Amino acid sequence: MSARPLPPLGPTRRLKLPSQAERTLGNGLTVIAVRRTAVPLVELRLWMPFGRAHLARGHLLAQTMLSGTETMSSVQIAAELQKIGGGLSAGLDPDRLMLSGTGLATGLDRLLEILAEVLTGATYPAEWVATERDRLVDGIQVARSQPAHLARTALLKRIYGRHPYAVQTPEPEQVRAVRPAALRTLHAQRVHPAGAVLVLVGDVRPERALDAAEKALGGWSGDGYATELPPAPPLVSGPLLLVDRPGSVQSSLRLALPAVPRTHPDHAALQLANLIFGGYFSSRWVENIREDKGYTYGPHSLVEHSVAGSLLVAAAEVATEVTAPALLETRYELGRLATVAPTPDELEQARQYALGTLQLGVSTQAGLASLVSAYAGNGLRLDFLSEHAARLARASVDDVAAAAARYLAPARAVTVVLGDAERIADSLGTLTSIETTPVSA
Amino acid sequence: MPTRRAKIPATRYPVERFTLDNGLRVVLTPDRSAPVIGVAVVYDVGIRSEPEGRTGFAHLFEHLMFQGSENLEKLAHFRHVQGAGGTFNGSTHLDYTDYYETLPSNALERALFLEADRMRGPRLTEENLRNQVDVVKEEIRVNVLNRPYGGFPWLTLPPVMFDTFPNAHDGYGSFDDLESATVADAADFFRRYYASGNAVLAVSGDIDVAEATRLIERHFGDVPARPAPERPDFAEPELTAERRTAYTDQLAPLPAVASAWRVPDPVGDFAAYLPYVVLAEVLTDGDASRLVERLVHTDRAVTSVGGYLGFMGDPFDVRDPTALLLQAHLPPGGDVDKVLRTLDEELDRLATDGLTDGELARTQARMATHLLRDTDAVLGRALRMAVLEQQRGEPGLLGELPRLVGEVTDEQVRAAAATLRPERRASVEVIPGGNQ
Repeated sequence: MSARPLPPLGPTRRLKLPSQAERTLGNGLTVIAVRRTAVPLVELRLWMPFGRAHLARGHLLAQTMLSGTETMSSVQIAAELQKIGGGLSAGLDPDRLMLSGTGLATGLDRLLEILAEVLTGATYPAEWVATERDRLVDGIQVARSQPAHLARTALLKRIYGRHPYAVQTPEPEQVRAVRPAALRTLHAQRVHPAGAVLVLVGDVRPERALDAAEKALGGWSGDGYATELPPAPPLVSGPLLLVDRPGSVQSSLRLALPAVPRTHPDHAALQLANLIFGGYFSSRWVENIREDKGYTYGPHSLVEHSVAGSLLVAAAEVATEVTAPALLETRYELGRLATVAPTPDELEQARQYALGTLQLGVSTQAGLASLVSAYAGNGLRLDFLSEHAARLARASVDDVAAAAARYLAPARAVTVVLGDAERIADSLGTLTSIETTPVSA
Repeated sequence: MPTRRAKIPATRYPVERFTLDNGLRVVLTPDRSAPVIGVAVVYDVGIRSEPEGRTGFAHLFEHLMFQGSENLEKLAHFRHVQGAGGTFNGSTHLDYTDYYETLPSNALERALFLEADRMRGPRLTEENLRNQVDVVKEEIRVNVLNRPYGGFPWLTLPPVMFDTFPNAHDGYGSFDDLESATVADAADFFRRYYASGNAVLAVSGDIDVAEATRLIERHFGDVPARPAPERPDFAEPELTAERRTAYTDQLAPLPAVASAWRVPDPVGDFAAYLPYVVLAEVLTDGDASRLVERLVHTDRAVTSVGGYLGFMGDPFDVRDPTALLLQAHLPPGGDVDKVLRTLDEELDRLATDGLTDGELARTQARMATHLLRDTDAVLGRALRMAVLEQQRGEPGLLGELPRLVGEVTDEQVRAAAATLRPERRASVEVIPGGNQ
């Protein structure tokens, strides 16, 4: 059999940014419109700063914001949106309240009109709030039966201590105590245009989309709401936290490491170091614990950005009987990258992946909308993509080795394992000191 | 108030089709709006074709197709795709298995090379097989065994509705069957089903048709010709009496129920099938849909309800026999019998009184948005067109779907609702065993 050679790549196509326009309205709302015409739709993302909002009220507000206005019931809002092929949903994270939607591009004016009516006139009808309150409680109960949620909850608590990010899911009894009046008050205090960002992406002319947004939302008013979010506390590695989930047939492994925001000079090198460690399939960690040892199905590590700080989180669900060996390999791969420089080939492969997936990320309306919205959360615009691409292209082996030593050192990791303590505690104890806690705590 | 009907926009994706001498069918759909491409290879074999005693084999074999091939070592496929700036995956369905990449368009030839190389033959070794059996077991644990509602209802409802092995068995597979799999089984499976004549290649995005055609000839032209195997008949008779089972999920905190009714042949009788696709959305798409309004908001009998076609949520890429499914999660102490009775009542009401003014049009507009959104990514277009070519010889149907969905009439939806009778229904109930 004569070997066939791998075909070389063609010349790299330059990153071409789509046309866009931006306007800050008189009420302080920033509107960014981006054109992509492959399908006749428009994507909408609107976020408002929502840090330090009361957790239970914030979550219930997101769940009931579309439940009615002075002129429309919840069913009418949904039906009116459907008519233009549209839909809206609201969600909450520790920093922001986000409304997202999609609709036919021809329905943009109407989509914005309905959005404006909700923003300026949501009524939080008592009947609907009562139903949604129960649904939210049921949802929390289901989330708490899922290992990924439980592991995440324990990790956040461990990392953030007394910081507002420490608890991100409300207690059922807190949700049950929320009355419609509290939602109306929270809405009046916080659902404001000042400091908010609206992103529209799709088969629209950007200037015309800005005009439509200004017409619909120019009358929305309300000042910014000053919140002081303390910076995230530094990671304190401490003993491994073992969260006991009796009968678990897998263990959920979570390691948190320090990271930096998108604008930090180390960010590109850290992103590449993370890729080489465990940030994509062709990483050392995945090739080791999945493709060599078969301990797990989908290990992954990711840099997460929040207003108060960034974090690198490595996550894997591993078979119970190989929990300690999987942790050992994880720490080994982190330590190897933190102490020995990667090879130029490994860096090149990670770099091409990072650059290529930038292209893929902006090749759809939904991808563009999410990226533009997330960038705006860091005060950045789409042109930062070119800047970031240039930084990725420039990062040297030394830069990546330095970033790995600074951020990926296993000595700095906060480690949480959720699993059956009776079966895994002893072997984990051979690797590190552990502290065990019941799952419900 | 009579409603003005939103105009459902037409999309016309250009389509080029041809067949190589070895029987490989090819679909090209250029779109130069972004410098990225999608490449999909679909083989006409899925869960329904796996042999008895080898549950989960089609999926296990999908994993083996990533473990090296004629000119590629283990790990090489992943590294070559990602090192070209792309992403990859594969997935196993009831009637087909797909393999795909999406990459910057300068990697077109590389992607074609990679797919052609494994079409010639994967490297099937004992070591890789054992490794991937372990990986698949962890996949099943994470998706089914270690979480609440694992496999509900896609793995737990088919055995209630169907009697024959191909339609009823667990497509993820039992650990015993997975562990019994041999390299010889895999070689046999490849020889039989992974034939050039049993495959479709689709390439979408930033391509020049003439150049792509030349490159496809270069890389796939000498893949040895093997014909498609005879496709067995998976038909089963309709249910004549209601079927219902229940099981306890030790991890689930709340009750749940799913019901399914057989629907017309999605390929052989598309015109009769399409109204059921619309019906599922009329019943469950959003707060203005019938079942959400009634069950969630009026009765508070469920916390969520959903409806869709095909056990894997695949209205346009599944063959007969298949079903319309409705599933609901209930609040603590919820009454499944009452939920099923309410479903019957609402279906009766729809069949008897028909739709309200504008109800159908707004549902169709929303469906158009969903269909269009799925095809914005070039990879979505390649994958869907490959399957439409394979199952129907009609990849261009993708662009027609929003319009065809929009042409379904009130009367057709009503007639479809009238067939969802309790005596044709198969249901499965999840009894919560967790946190009780």
